Amino acid sequence: MSERTLALRIVPVELLTARRPQRMVERSVMFYRHAWMILVSGFFEPLLYLLSVQVGFAALVGEVTDNGVTYDYAEFVAPALMAAAAMNGAIFDATGNVYEKLRHSKLYDTVLATPMTAADIALGEIMGAVARGSLYSVAFVLTMWALGLVGSPLVVLAVPACVLIGFAFASLGMAFTTYMRSWSDLEYINAVTLPLLLFSATFYPLSSYGGWSWIVYFSPLYHGVAIVRGCNLGVLEWSMLGNIAVLLALSLAGLRFTARRIGGLLLT
Amino acid sequence: MSAPVIIASDLRKQFGDFVAVDGVDFEVRPGESFGFLGPNGAGKTSTMRMVGCVSPVTSGGLSIFGLDPERDGPEIRSRMGVVPQTDQLDAELTVSENLLIYGRYFDIPRAECRRRTVDLLEFVQLSERADDQVDPLSGGMKRRLTIARSLINEPDLLLLDEPTTGLDPQARHVLWDRLYRLKQRGVTLVLTTHYMDEAEQLCDRLVVMDQGRIAAEGSPRELIDRYSTREVLELRFAVGENEAMAVKLHGIGERCELLPDRILIYARDGEDALSEVRRRGVDPGGSLVRRSSLEDVFLRLTGRALVD
Amino acid sequence: MSTPTAVRVWENHLMRYRKIWGSHLLGAFVQPVLYLFGMGLGVGALVDRNTESIVLLDGVSYFAFLAPALLATTAMMSGGQSSLWELADGFIWSHRYEAMASTPLTPREIADGLALWQATRTALAVIAVAGVLALFDETRTWGLLVAIPAAVLTGLAFALPISAWSSTRKNGSSFPAVIRFALIPMFLFGGAFFPIDLLPGWLQPVAYVTPLWHGIELCRGAVIPSIDSGPVAVHLAVLLAYTSAGLLACWITFSRTLRP
Repeated sequence: MSERTLALRIVPVELLTARRPQRMVERSVMFYRHAWMILVSGFFEPLLYLLSVQVGFAALVGEVTDNGVTYDYAEFVAPALMAAAAMNGAIFDATGNVYEKLRHSKLYDTVLATPMTAADIALGEIMGAVARGSLYSVAFVLTMWALGLVGSPLVVLAVPACVLIGFAFASLGMAFTTYMRSWSDLEYINAVTLPLLLFSATFYPLSSYGGWSWIVYFSPLYHGVAIVRGCNLGVLEWSMLGNIAVLLALSLAGLRFTARRIGGLLLT
Repeated sequence: MSAPVIIASDLRKQFGDFVAVDGVDFEVRPGESFGFLGPNGAGKTSTMRMVGCVSPVTSGGLSIFGLDPERDGPEIRSRMGVVPQTDQLDAELTVSENLLIYGRYFDIPRAECRRRTVDLLEFVQLSERADDQVDPLSGGMKRRLTIARSLINEPDLLLLDEPTTGLDPQARHVLWDRLYRLKQRGVTLVLTTHYMDEAEQLCDRLVVMDQGRIAAEGSPRELIDRYSTREVLELRFAVGENEAMAVKLHGIGERCELLPDRILIYARDGEDALSEVRRRGVDPGGSLVRRSSLEDVFLRLTGRALVD
Repeated sequence: MSTPTAVRVWENHLMRYRKIWGSHLLGAFVQPVLYLFGMGLGVGALVDRNTESIVLLDGVSYFAFLAPALLATTAMMSGGQSSLWELADGFIWSHRYEAMASTPLTPREIADGLALWQATRTALAVIAVAGVLALFDETRTWGLLVAIPAAVLTGLAFALPISAWSSTRKNGSSFPAVIRFALIPMFLFGGAFFPIDLLPGWLQPVAYVTPLWHGIELCRGAVIPSIDSGPVAVHLAVLLAYTSAGLLACWITFSRTLRP
């Protein structure tokens, strides 16, 4: 199999027409320079959840055992919340903001009048959303460290893992956005992220699910949680390759879908 | 040297069953100011979008700068500027940031973008508003900003879709002035409009479009000479009397057109025609003698008014 | 004898709701139920296993502790939702309230009708959640019938003051801040998920001031009588204070906006 054919099998062909996706990120940076409060306040929520665990739940739950390791509750939940922060950080930029640009401000129409292509827009916006999620991940790690919840120096590996989590959710989210018909459709996003947050072995271990644990494997967030938790513990397992593969596959699928849909929607 | 900038042959655009552009042929020469004149729904915007390489051609030939839109879209767009019908400015960025980021989409280096932004804002007289938000600007200012934006890549070809629609008369004149200067610099302008005064002012040549087809082609002067008379006499009568009056006025001037609210008599000399009308004992409620315009050309070609 | 004017306004809201009741109920109902299962049962299992929690929770299971509180939080979220974008829409985008004001209706009557409506809407969501609570042995008590109106009152205690504020807004840009910096912190730290005794000392009085905590105590006390939830009269007084102050504020701001 030639290299080109192999590349085409893995990378969606539409994306090969992307020339300068980073320009979309440049535009976002320009915007956030004015609106940095939005960035800051977006981090508030994951922070609040972390604090509520630290303040309240830790006392109620005490210790948790997962896979033979016993943790303090806060140390158990924190990595999962970090993964969730990456998810939420990426997803709003990829849904609400994208919908606004696509349907209302018509920003993408403007961009397409230049040499930029639909693939540039899809990839660029996803990159921007991932950047935001990653920003929150770094802030989260620092917060964890300040609260004494870091279990191992390998936790720095959790940051690239969160980049991957952000990628998966940004590309899936943006794909969904191309189907939205009105603002109220945003509710569907919440309807998906909340169950993911609650049921991805985030607040209680996989063993709690008993016979139902196989369902959890369907949650993309769970795969992110598994990696981040392992990093914080300092234990890297081969199974993490499987987690990575799942997230990667979802990212590429979402990317391919989005590029195609955006092109179809704008170039009529 | 004078190879046409745009060549369209039997160009068609179809949306499902609806045919927006029904086989049009035209050529745009370098440095000229070319217009598409026609009412809403004539197919002007669809044609422009095809030329702008943002709408795939359904059938027919289209080449811009000698390149194929389907294959070389990005390259064509890099040499073109576009002023869309609705400004589509970025409300989340300031005036100068709108220009800066647009330039970046063309891969223009940042320092160069900044330099061009300053020059362009001066060209459209918006320099004092450089750091303002876009929303508070007036309609005319927003349109000038859009024009400035369209020039950031120093295009050889500028596409303008209804450039002065929705603007007050003063703003329109300012805009025409700016466009005229561009034309003097040698930029090829292609614009669509349904305003006859705009077409007459700005265009060297134009095509009259109606229902997806080209009804006529030529300079404004040529079209008026060909399809209309030098002057027009407009007469108004009481409600319902038009048809009866038209019978009495038969034979005056070269042609007579019956509209719901007026009768138009096309003649070389409008005052003479009016005298003849009076001589026949007809006393109109209101009368007006004016020069022929493209509105009359359109009426002649399609039987309908340009503006509904 | 014509219908009281406030009811006419209420009917107008009801008519518009007919189109969206499905998605609204789904949203208002699904969230609390998810927390009920995710936190109540999932985390609950962990909490109940921990011997220390028995003291903290007055001897009840975590599920019994959390579930009634979710009635109050549901009401808060519903109240918040209906008094932010939905309300601003009536003033800024669709000008519905202006249209109403050009009829013989007075701004006060419009505000009254709105309050009636917000109570109805909240009640629907709360009843749906109460229905789920009734499926579980521990929370299937007659107290649910008392908790429902208590929760609705809590919802109004939020909806009315917030409505008075949003009616003065020119756009919705500050609304996400209300959710993020007021409603969500209250949701997490207001006593629903863990007793406020666990909060740092300086933060506890803040909880006493919020309507949510009082609503939670009322609901919890009603459904699970074995929990000590403090004087009912005080909780009710606080909620009524917020509600009536909110309604008064609405009368004022609606009048100012609709009849300047």
